[in-house]
Amino acid sequence: MNDQGIGARTLRVEDKRFITGRGRYTDDINQPGQAYAVFVRSPHAHARINGVDVQAALDWPGVLAVLTGEDAAADGLGNLPCGWMVRSKDGSDMKMGPHPVLAQGKARYVGDPVAMVIASTHEGAEAAAEMLQIDWEELPAIADVGEAHGGPVVHDDIPNNLIYDWEIGDRAQVDAAFGKAAQIAKVEIVNNRLITNAMEPRAAIGAYEPGTGSSTLYLTSQNPHVHRLVMSAFVNVAPEHKLHVIAPDVGGGFGSKIFIYNEECAVVWASRRLNGVPVKWTSDRSEAFITDAHGRDHISKAELALDNDGNFLALRVNTKANLGAYMSTFSSCVPTYLYATLLAGQYKTPSIYCDVQAYYTNTVPVDANRGAGRPEACYLIETLVDQAARDIGMDPAELRRRNFIPKDAFPYRTPVALIYDTGDYEKTLDEALGLVDYANFAQRRASSEAQGKLRGIGVCCYIEACGIAPSAVVGSLGAGVGLWESAKVRFSHTGKLQVMTGTHTHGQGHETTFAQLVSTKLGVPMDDIEVIHGDTEKTPVGMGTYGSRSLAVGGEAIAKSCDKLIEKGKKIAAHLLEASEGDIEFKNGSFGVRGTDRAKSIGEIVFAAYVPHNYPADLEPGMEEMAFFDPPNFTFPAGTYVCEVEIDQNTGITTVERLVAVDDFGNVVNPMIVEGQVHGGLVHGIGQALYEHAVYDDTGQLVTGSYMDYCMPRADNVPYFEVHTVAGTPCTSNSLGVKGCGEAGAIGAPAAVINAISNAIGTHVDMPATPEKVWRVLQSRQMPLAAE
Amino acid sequence: MPTVSMTVNGKQVSGEVENRTLLVEFLRNNLRLTGTHVGCDTSQCGCCVVHVNDDSVKACTMLAVQAEGAKVVTIEGMADGDTLHPIQEAFRQNHGLQCGFCTPGMIMSAADLLKNNPDPSEKEVRVWLEGNICRCTGYHNIVKSILAAAKTMQATA
Amino acid sequence: MYDFNYHKPSSVAEAAQLLSQLEDAKLLAGGHTFVPTLKQRLAQPSDLIDLNGIAELRGIREEGGGLVIGAMTRHGEIAFSDVVKRANPALAALAEHVGDPQVRNRGTIGGSISNNDPAADYPGAILSLKATVVTNSREIPGDDFFTAMFETALEEDEIVTAIKFPKPGRAAYMKFPNPASRYAMVGSMVHEQNGEVRVAITGAAPCPFRWTEAEQALGSNFSPDALESLTVDATDLNSDIHGSAAYRAHLIKVMTKRAVAKILG
Repeated sequence: MNDQGIGARTLRVEDKRFITGRGRYTDDINQPGQAYAVFVRSPHAHARINGVDVQAALDWPGVLAVLTGEDAAADGLGNLPCGWMVRSKDGSDMKMGPHPVLAQGKARYVGDPVAMVIASTHEGAEAAAEMLQIDWEELPAIADVGEAHGGPVVHDDIPNNLIYDWEIGDRAQVDAAFGKAAQIAKVEIVNNRLITNAMEPRAAIGAYEPGTGSSTLYLTSQNPHVHRLVMSAFVNVAPEHKLHVIAPDVGGGFGSKIFIYNEECAVVWASRRLNGVPVKWTSDRSEAFITDAHGRDHISKAELALDNDGNFLALRVNTKANLGAYMSTFSSCVPTYLYATLLAGQYKTPSIYCDVQAYYTNTVPVDANRGAGRPEACYLIETLVDQAARDIGMDPAELRRRNFIPKDAFPYRTPVALIYDTGDYEKTLDEALGLVDYANFAQRRASSEAQGKLRGIGVCCYIEACGIAPSAVVGSLGAGVGLWESAKVRFSHTGKLQVMTGTHTHGQGHETTFAQLVSTKLGVPMDDIEVIHGDTEKTPVGMGTYGSRSLAVGGEAIAKSCDKLIEKGKKIAAHLLEASEGDIEFKNGSFGVRGTDRAKSIGEIVFAAYVPHNYPADLEPGMEEMAFFDPPNFTFPAGTYVCEVEIDQNTGITTVERLVAVDDFGNVVNPMIVEGQVHGGLVHGIGQALYEHAVYDDTGQLVTGSYMDYCMPRADNVPYFEVHTVAGTPCTSNSLGVKGCGEAGAIGAPAAVINAISNAIGTHVDMPATPEKVWRVLQSRQMPLAAE
Repeated sequence: MPTVSMTVNGKQVSGEVENRTLLVEFLRNNLRLTGTHVGCDTSQCGCCVVHVNDDSVKACTMLAVQAEGAKVVTIEGMADGDTLHPIQEAFRQNHGLQCGFCTPGMIMSAADLLKNNPDPSEKEVRVWLEGNICRCTGYHNIVKSILAAAKTMQATA
Repeated sequence: MYDFNYHKPSSVAEAAQLLSQLEDAKLLAGGHTFVPTLKQRLAQPSDLIDLNGIAELRGIREEGGGLVIGAMTRHGEIAFSDVVKRANPALAALAEHVGDPQVRNRGTIGGSISNNDPAADYPGAILSLKATVVTNSREIPGDDFFTAMFETALEEDEIVTAIKFPKPGRAAYMKFPNPASRYAMVGSMVHEQNGEVRVAITGAAPCPFRWTEAEQALGSNFSPDALESLTVDATDLNSDIHGSAAYRAHLIKVMTKRAVAKILG
């Protein structure tokens, strides 16, 4: 037995350094002789750059260089690419405007970097940056995706700002189904733009080594190998084998640290230009607001056709997605393959059609943010189902139950391309309804009303697809990369283990979860296992952490590496125990001869492998194995979230009173960590539903450019949550039976909260459901002001 | 350049700064105490909370020269050798942290709360944390950690 | 941040002298508005005069049944002072919700009112509780102190040294915080004393003001119902992404009713 291994609530091994202030984040690192970079950014949303006079800045004391887009072009730097080709209905490629490291010709959003000032001190660079003279010619700008078509053109040769006009599903079949519908429920919804706000702002240090021609880059990254690949193959800052990328402790990512940004490329390039002076850049929060990729920002129209019995017949959706001023690294796939493919939700809707128009605007690029596409899909379906329930007067939970994919229908192919491997949606619904005591909600509503408050309950049955795969399929859909993962597991002489993973942990607790996995697989104590990640020279080439893939894909690569070690160990044990390999069984860290008490511990086997004095003749010494894993399918976590809100009628303030989350994550390695992931996701989702909104004004200025105006949920905005993981349906795409859990909360919570509000006030309110919005609905309904 | 002297985590320290140097910059850059973090520039996120003369303050909103002669405690000064402070231990036991970036500020803020209010309610903890933003944990386990620490500290007080 | 000269005088007289002598000097109190402003390079003073070393500016004392609070007294000191809690509990309650705990540990009442941020809390107390602002050269009636957004009656070289609060009647402050900044989007402080009612509104407009119609209505009937028939003119109120002028007008009434209800217990 292993009381710390798979299934145990093992305390995190990484915590000690963080709670004592000994984490090592990028900005904590300094290089001898480093210089400091400050970026001069466009104050305009859209403006032609008629000239940049760098002389005064160059003359400022301590300034080492002032670099512009012209310098970058002269040095052959390439553009920051979007790595996923999406094709329009007519078969044409998406229209990708060039995205230079430093703006050339014109700036396209407030924050677009125009020049880089490098000085021996940060303060010097800041002061010199103010000396830069830029001859701006302001142009009309567009921020609202609803007005992008026909608006001012962001990229000169891309008409109507239309990047692609994409579709999925059988339109004719859907239209025919609508023709026969007894009921059609409709919603028009906005999926509000979010700013990711990992608490650690981005930072980078580039250091070129003239002696070897190698560059080292420390940065805040969720996927250091992907950074290395794109920065070498596309941006040309260094050849891939000469670029060492290190992502040390990273203070949260939530998607925002996946992408290849201008500044990280620029520091590597600048250090080479300065012949090896290390160049450091640390974003401040104000800068993060206008440079970190934003998330969401869809406007959608959706219709659901139902028959007389409440069965879903068809779903028809149109979505306009704002991708900002440039196409960020994975931006194109978010409102398409990560969104529309999830529109079946948990339901057996036979026909689904969705078309998506993606547009450029003069705003910060938009890309994946916790959930990426799936929260948008879930919110759309689950608010639409509630609208349908209101329209036909059916209990929303029962309407859902009626339309669930039954548990005996798996594997289930949806009309939008996915094959769900396993699931039991009634189980999570029933458990959630039981936990929240759905049947007796009326009593709780009455007691809230007695205190002058409105009370509502909202159900959301979410599904998500994580661990995006397999590579061949994503490749056929336009992905420029494979989405496998790697691992290497290395014993040393003394039986200690190093586990190298291509994923990256920035809060998820991989150092613990992966060690638990290895501990159970190999029967080695947790204390003897070290998980290593985030360094391209220490770990095998990997694809990183996003889309809740790390355990389902990266963990499986570790499991496979362990299996290889066990196979090799059996050969060694058979030799030492003078038995046939087929008779050796491995259990709890020991290789034994079946049916006997003869055995060798794994430590003895490892020692024999490294000191092969008595060893199989045809076997290589050593105990180190690696594996790549390319999953046959996504994993499909699903569950039911039920939210209860109270609304103060006189102010419109919504308070989340309860949130019950019941998730099916398949098998769970560390329930404590999984629950923590759900808690965080829930607050992300509640934030989107009630508080967070990136607002641009008509001129393209970001109005919510700091925490003074962008509302981050605080501890007093949320209650304790009731989070339960059911003994679920193990995933069939990996041997561990695990699914992803990092995004579920952010996917399921928004619709649960909004449906609860709708339930309380009788009509849908878009996110964020600010007090004023709710109050206005109550005003328009002329509900009497509650007695104070 | 002015020289400042203060006691940091029980040790007398001094260093050259500019008048504009923030306390957090002095701690991080001069003393290499990098556990105190900077997460915003509007004095709201609380990643930089330290104690100055026994009160929790935002080290990003105080000049280093203003801390002349002060007694400063940072996250690095909370543990007693290898023995964690009860609040640190509670964060570990209750999974009160994920990425760890807000954690030092959370712990320092919590310590000030428990000094003033040794037995807070859940609501009092939540309200107290108004000046500390976390993006990972949903605050659930942070609140749990602080309440657990309060129990431990009362039992041993 | 631009660099500056730093001075830490130990008396008001010394601070006043520095302020009048130096070219472009600014006073530094708690710093929770000013330091972020400096960090964003939105101000470039030649000199900073730090008031934190002046003992005479700190402290709370009772005088003639009222309170005299030194300008450099921290919000937290006011909130948790036994004297303030006894002599002026509504003021202590207001101070307890200024900013967050760390802001309250540094921020000062004098710094706050001298800045006259339209979203600050104290103006509600100054106006409703009939406070007097004491400076190094004169006493300014609270009613005359706040002149416009971020502007006060203070002369260029004048330093707030204390705030005098006379013995209050019954009072309460209710705040609707901006969800993001937690500053007051609307704050209403109601004060009733011997039948005279003062209602001070902060956060809602560019400058704090008294809601005189409510004062009259409450003067004849001190109950939330007395406000029922009143409407607040939204014309000059603030409007932003967090709340339109019309919504703020509505909240003024709601918060004022709640303050009255709180007084009535």
